[in-house]
Amino acid sequence: MEYILIFISAIFVNNIVLSQFLGICPFLGVSKKIDTSLGMSAAVAFVLTLATIVTYLVQKFVLDAFGLQYLQTIAFILVIASLVQMVEIVLKKVSPALYQALGIFLPLITTNCAVLGVAILVIQKDFNLLQSVVYAFSTAIGFGLALTVFAGMREQLELVKIPKGMQGMAIVMLSAGLLSLAFMGFSGVDGGLKVLFGID
Amino acid sequence: MNAIQIIKNGIVKENPTFVLMLGMCPTLATTTSAINGMSMGLATMAVLICTNFVISCLKSITPDKVRIPVFIVVIAAFVTILQLVIKAFLPDIDAALGLFIPLIVVNCIILGRAEAFAAKNSPVDSLFDGIGIGLGFTLGLTLLGICRELLGSGSVFGLTLLPETYNILLFVLPPGAFITLGFLIAIVNKIRKA
Repeated sequence: MEYILIFISAIFVNNIVLSQFLGICPFLGVSKKIDTSLGMSAAVAFVLTLATIVTYLVQKFVLDAFGLQYLQTIAFILVIASLVQMVEIVLKKVSPALYQALGIFLPLITTNCAVLGVAILVIQKDFNLLQSVVYAFSTAIGFGLALTVFAGMREQLELVKIPKGMQGMAIVMLSAGLLSLAFMGFSGVDGGLKVLFGID
Repeated sequence: MNAIQIIKNGIVKENPTFVLMLGMCPTLATTTSAINGMSMGLATMAVLICTNFVISCLKSITPDKVRIPVFIVVIAAFVTILQLVIKAFLPDIDAALGLFIPLIVVNCIILGRAEAFAAKNSPVDSLFDGIGIGLGFTLGLTLLGICRELLGSGSVFGLTLLPETYNILLFVLPPGAFITLGFLIAIVNKIRKA
């Protein structure tokens, strides 16, 4: 039950992009077409989950074990950067088809703050390994959902005539605001689920 | 280019918030009030000045192939120093900015300036570029913070200007960040074209 709660609240209630503002760069940059946004979402889901597992283990067995918590930022960013490189190399060798689909998005992910953000958040929230994995995966789904819905909105926006002053990023920001407003409708759902499942 | 030109370039021509559109995550997340926005801007500026200077000093001994990892380590080291300093001396700011202090590492402005400016120019010029871009970012965040705080809580820098009946809570909440920035970008575009 606890995992369902983490799952639902990470996707809808505390959506990583629309309410926590992590991963805004790819959200604005790769949301022009639904196809590319789906590819980006898949790549993020893969790297985010993998990176959270690895950084969690680094934190518990290296940083905590040797009292080096203050090196967290440096250690995590290096682990994430090398992990992305490794995923790219392995994917190229093992599954060229998947590499074709996700390849161009992989280098962009190192600078996606959602990856580092989630890695630090699971440590701050004191999750265990399974909770962290569920949280990371649901966060990635939330990211994918926001990105794909937003890409759909932007495809529609291409077809309408926008006043001159609002063209470009201005209208994109406003539409993102409206999407974020829609997602605010879910606030409080996690509290209700807690009561339903009897968790405090 | 002299120092004043470089600084002006960072504030006006290449303003990171309104023109280059870099570092959007902290821009939207930390501007719930003017003071939070300004602290985030100043924190980023401090890191940017140090990294620009050090990376520019290291540019002749850094092999081209490993320059990005070198840049990231330099940036992460300065962010860690800043994180520890803020935690020790400014606990209020630490509580307000939270996760976004360690996330300065992945702020595209810093790596972007390292690659686009510091790796090609002298350490002193890079220092001024850090100051200029940092000031531009701080100004952008402060402006956004002022608008959101005024509309959302009726105050500016904690000074109450509007009675509570006129407060629009939406502007302090996440959607308000997107909407306010959207309108500010439209206004800035209009001014720049005129």
